[in-house]
Amino acid sequence: MNKRVGIAAVLALLGLSGLFALAQNNKITYLANDADPTSGRHGLFGRLAQECIKQTGAGITYEAQGIPQTDLRQKLQLLAASNSLPTIFPVDEPSFVTQLYKNGQVADLEEVFKKLGILDKVSPAALVLQKSIGGGKFLSLPLELNIEGFWYNKKLFAAQGLNVPVTWDQMMAAAEKFKAAGIQPFAASGDQKWPLTRLINGYVARKYGPDVMERVASGELKVTDAGFVEAAKAIQDMGKKGYFGQGVNTVDYQTALDTFMQGKAAMFYMGSWALRDFNDPKNKVDINNVGFLNFPVVRGGKGSINDWSINTGIGVVLNAKYDTAADPVLKCVLSNWGDRALAEMGQISGFKVTKTPANLSPLTKATLQKLNTAKSAYLWFEGKMSAKAAAVATDNVQLLVTGDMTPENYMAELQKALP
Amino acid sequence: MQGTLRDWRAVLVFVGPALLLYTLILLIPIIWSLGYTLFSGSVITGFKFVGLGNFVQLTQDQKFQSALWFGTKYALVVSSGQVVLGLLLALLYAFYLRKTSVLVRTIVFLPAVLPTVAVGQMFAKLFAIAPQYGLVNSLLHRVGLDSLVQAWLGQAGTAFWVIAAMDIWKAMGFYAVLLYAGLVEIPEEVLEAARLDGAKGWNLARFVVVPLIFPIMISSLIFSLNGTLKVFDSIMALTGGGPGTSTMPLTLYFQKVAFTYSDYGYGSTVALMLALQSLIVTLLIFRRARKDVT
Repeated sequence: MNKRVGIAAVLALLGLSGLFALAQNNKITYLANDADPTSGRHGLFGRLAQECIKQTGAGITYEAQGIPQTDLRQKLQLLAASNSLPTIFPVDEPSFVTQLYKNGQVADLEEVFKKLGILDKVSPAALVLQKSIGGGKFLSLPLELNIEGFWYNKKLFAAQGLNVPVTWDQMMAAAEKFKAAGIQPFAASGDQKWPLTRLINGYVARKYGPDVMERVASGELKVTDAGFVEAAKAIQDMGKKGYFGQGVNTVDYQTALDTFMQGKAAMFYMGSWALRDFNDPKNKVDINNVGFLNFPVVRGGKGSINDWSINTGIGVVLNAKYDTAADPVLKCVLSNWGDRALAEMGQISGFKVTKTPANLSPLTKATLQKLNTAKSAYLWFEGKMSAKAAAVATDNVQLLVTGDMTPENYMAELQKALP
Repeated sequence: MQGTLRDWRAVLVFVGPALLLYTLILLIPIIWSLGYTLFSGSVITGFKFVGLGNFVQLTQDQKFQSALWFGTKYALVVSSGQVVLGLLLALLYAFYLRKTSVLVRTIVFLPAVLPTVAVGQMFAKLFAIAPQYGLVNSLLHRVGLDSLVQAWLGQAGTAFWVIAAMDIWKAMGFYAVLLYAGLVEIPEEVLEAARLDGAKGWNLARFVVVPLIFPIMISSLIFSLNGTLKVFDSIMALTGGGPGTSTMPLTLYFQKVAFTYSDYGYGSTVALMLALQSLIVTLLIFRRARKDVT
């Protein structure tokens, strides 16, 4: 009798654990690179997923979790090590995406999209860009397609009688004039670090041409070359002259954005994801006063003002071992993403837009047009760097901008960290 | 009692669970981590045997050396501050405020029970410069000392002192209570006799009180040094090791190496160095203390 009870108990336990495994499977888990997984883009993804679950009648559930971007890497390492990565998750470094793909933890999206019949929904430019980042493989979802440049306050420029700067010297002259008038020339988040290395990136792209960082990655150029040191010096000068305002290294992303949106700063280098905030009805600044200009050309440079910094934002990947029961939902979410992101957030994505919303702001329209007519594109500064080199580039830029590190040392340290 | 302790089954029941837990969550990970020091890579990139390569790398790694120096400097400043100010507070409670010290003791102890992240946020706001001045910069501005208004947490030199001030402020109440417990244990007759012999004020403290609570001071110092050498949360909350890597102690460095650079092996090697540093410091204090007492 006792034996039978024992066997029954073991069987019941096995059954329960089987059910548990099943429950784990029938789920789309989404990890957001934000403490709040319902904010902005993550919120839209969640809403769309819930709608699609209802629409398709797929018997699965959706669960979102959030983690601040600064803790993302550590979290991913732990999840990857314990083989419990979510269905959809962000990865902040392209080299890390490739590594996870090699380990069989990240799906090849070209295959998945072909299977779902949605490969034609991806805009050709986004596909080319994603493959260039993924070393020939399409690994990240182009939930965003961003074009970067300086957003500027038209009203402040007009009040100072300034034209839109086309050369670096003109931009610095404008900055000097703003500073003299008591207006902060640039809003920038030194706390986030990357907004500052973006400026070095723009400068060297104008100096050497848009393929500059690829040439560094291949070893053809060294970052200790004169043009790179000149770029580092130019950014350091901006910091030393106080063009970023006081305490740039303590300014976080939101503060920098607010400084610009409140009309306290004349220019703000950022990607077009900032359109979400500019278009937000809560935004008190008139969006018609915001203009968008490309990184200016530098003296003796090979780059042109028609080369843009374009990227798909932080990589968002699909778990290679995702439950295929989620296929109809994924198909539904991704097919609708392009239209919904544009309509609800003014967010441009790498998915084709079939219905252009009637109420699109002129700024979003103009940005879209720039994105569509860009002649050539380059990635962000750390796009081709290893995690270590990227950390050296971003950490040290804080010291560079305050003058605690010389431009020569900054580039020498970076060169040492490059493979 | 002796009979019980000779019974191995009883010993096993008493010690077994704790020993098992200790082995599982402490000993095995420590040995595991020691093993990592001979490898490079991570669970994602895979491991490669490098022998003593990680230790060779340590000798050439400037970041490691500056983190080691920063951690040591920080431990010396903060531990001295915590114990010395703790002692002064304890003397204040015991000899000046006496029975009315309860309220002051509670207030000064309060920061010790607050979460470090919350204290970090408060200090970040106190010393803020953007988007608006924090209390410190506002006060400086009000009294016309605009030349001293600065990004306290945005520069290497000042950030160090803000972190040090925060950690001293946070823990001095704790050490004050610890030392006060020692002070109240000093028999009143001993103090009375010393006073009759003419000792008072500084001399009474220097020659009578401090030697009597010396063992507690040593314990406090060991507690404090081992805490400050392994500081992580307060720096993470306040500066994240920045600007650049100028306020990065070994703890933040090995976390960065292991999890950002994906190199568990070198990260473990740096962690081992920190463990050795803590061990050496503790042994030095013990030896010194024994000499002084005998």
